[in-house]
Amino acid sequence: MAQDPSAPAAVTEQQAIPLVRGVAFGEQEAPRVSQAATRLDVANLHAYYGARPALRDVSLTVWPNSVTAIIGPSGCGKSTFIRCLNRLHEVTPGARVEGRVLLDGDDIYGAGVDPVVVRQRVGMVFQRPNPFPTMSIFDNAVAGLKLAGIRNRELLREVAERSLRRAALWDEVKDKLHAAGGALSGGQQQRLCIARAIAVEPEVVLMDEPASSLDPMSTLKIEELMRELATSFTIVIVTHNMQQAARVSDYTAFLLAGEERVGELIEYGPTARIFTNPRDPRTEQYITGRFG
Amino acid sequence: MTPALTGADIRGRHLRRRQARDRLMRALLWCSALAAVTPLLLLLMFVVREGLPAFRPSLFTEVPRPLGESGGGVKPAVVGSLIMVGLGTFIGVPIAILAGVYAREYAGSRLATVIRFLIDVLAGVPSITIGLFVYGLLVAPMHTFSGLAGAVALAILIVPTVARVTDEMLALVPRSVREAAYALGVPRWKTIARVVLPSAKVGIATGVVLGVARIAGETAPLLFTALGNRTVSTSLVRPMDALPLRIYVYATGPYRSWHQQAWAASLLLVLLVLGFSLITRLLLRRRAPGPD
Ligand SMILES: Nc1ncnc2c1ncn2[C@@H]1O[C@H](COP(=O)(O)OP(=O)(O)OP(=O)(O)O)[C@@H](O)[C@H]1O
Ligand SMILES: [Mg+2]
Repeated sequence: MAQDPSAPAAVTEQQAIPLVRGVAFGEQEAPRVSQAATRLDVANLHAYYGARPALRDVSLTVWPNSVTAIIGPSGCGKSTFIRCLNRLHEVTPGARVEGRVLLDGDDIYGAGVDPVVVRQRVGMVFQRPNPFPTMSIFDNAVAGLKLAGIRNRELLREVAERSLRRAALWDEVKDKLHAAGGALSGGQQQRLCIARAIAVEPEVVLMDEPASSLDPMSTLKIEELMRELATSFTIVIVTHNMQQAARVSDYTAFLLAGEERVGELIEYGPTARIFTNPRDPRTEQYITGRFG
Repeated sequence: MTPALTGADIRGRHLRRRQARDRLMRALLWCSALAAVTPLLLLLMFVVREGLPAFRPSLFTEVPRPLGESGGGVKPAVVGSLIMVGLGTFIGVPIAILAGVYAREYAGSRLATVIRFLIDVLAGVPSITIGLFVYGLLVAPMHTFSGLAGAVALAILIVPTVARVTDEMLALVPRSVREAAYALGVPRWKTIARVVLPSAKVGIATGVVLGVARIAGETAPLLFTALGNRTVSTSLVRPMDALPLRIYVYATGPYRSWHQQAWAASLLLVLLVLGFSLITRLLLRRRAPGPD
């Protein structure tokens, strides 16, 4: 694997941006104070389903204030990889992780670390939309807050509207906020899930093919959202769409499963470089559509 | 030489055969549905026909008359049944739901295996055995038959029904829903209590209705616990009457008026169970999120 030496340089530049800054919220342009964006260091990560390995020895750094795209053929372990970043992999019965994932320097797999706290800091949008079936659209959008015990109606309303706007769903649902979340189209459900994930303002947002069931317009809006989120957060997206990876991401990681169907990191670096001048022939083959 | 078949020929032939098969299957299904519903309808008709003559206000307002005298009602049984079934449900259902939740959500742990085994065993224990058990547990030490003992016996009886349904209904809640909650940083217990259980609530409520219907009609476990009472008693430490007990006594007695009242009491029991089931359904329907 080839970790790009130019990556740290790019980050130094980004770190020069003041840590506290205003973020535009949709139309409101409300200034907001945000915490410093978070960085993730993945070191020698192995993931298993029972005895079967699914990922072997993945090491890479997810830079703060950036969008990192994970690309690779179906079944190469992209979903498995990002599920390791918020300790969701271990929820699958028999699934196991080895290696380290440092969230701003602290190993999320370290002794005594509560996965609940990790997941509050690292949010996720799933490959298949999964709104809470018993909750209304409104309640879905602020489910994270409500389940954390926040009852202030004013605040909930505000957060719901802001999150739904950012997820490009507000206009479609503003008149039926109390309808069931499951009564939306697949693409709307996915945007609802995005709203739900960002409503709790996680430091890192993992998105597993967030746009796979969206039309071009919503896809564009979601991509804009990712760029906007990247100004204050750290974004990791999985995508099958090369143009999308090229459009929205700053860094791209290419995963590939070899003969034994175990995913490995083939190449990682700035997106521009990966797409114009890949170092590994397999990356080039994949990007140009010759396999996978 | 066989003439060449065109696609239209093949489709035509298949279509006719498929339609014929469809009609046959439909007829079979209709017959089996009829076979299943007929006994139920007959039973209802029979109970209504036999029960109606004695189904008068006095049935609810009067106590049983002395032997041989006609008239009177089954008020003590109505009151007793409501108390014991209510109390039994109140005690038994929470225990059953907790047991079902544990058996499903912590499946694989030793305690969950034990709980599931115990539920299965309990489901197979004859109800008269449970009556004897409660006799030993409460009646003998307290030196009196009592409504409390009857309620406890009914509580034990309702546990396996509701626990099993809870277990099965929770299994139907997709993993993606739980994972959505975990990804928001919601702890496991809260995920179960606030997300998983509400998703299964309609199914569990149906199970409770089934369980209530079952214990409302149980006679055997009350024989050695509540015993029966010819006067209205609301004391939990005195013998208490119940509809099935009264039906049993009257139906096996020698008098025509008793038989009539036994039928009327049966009709009342059926109506009570039916009414409870309908009310539960209506309540649940109104609570679910729907279009405004
Ligand atoms: N719950 C599971 N149990 C066992 N094996 C699994 C499970 N989930 C995934 N796998 C296996 O792990 C490997 C990686 O799966 P993963 O879902 O991470 O692929 P992916 O790269 O996300 O694919 P796609 O692009 O199709 O979503 C596959 O071989 C898959 O069969
Ligand atoms: Mg996937």
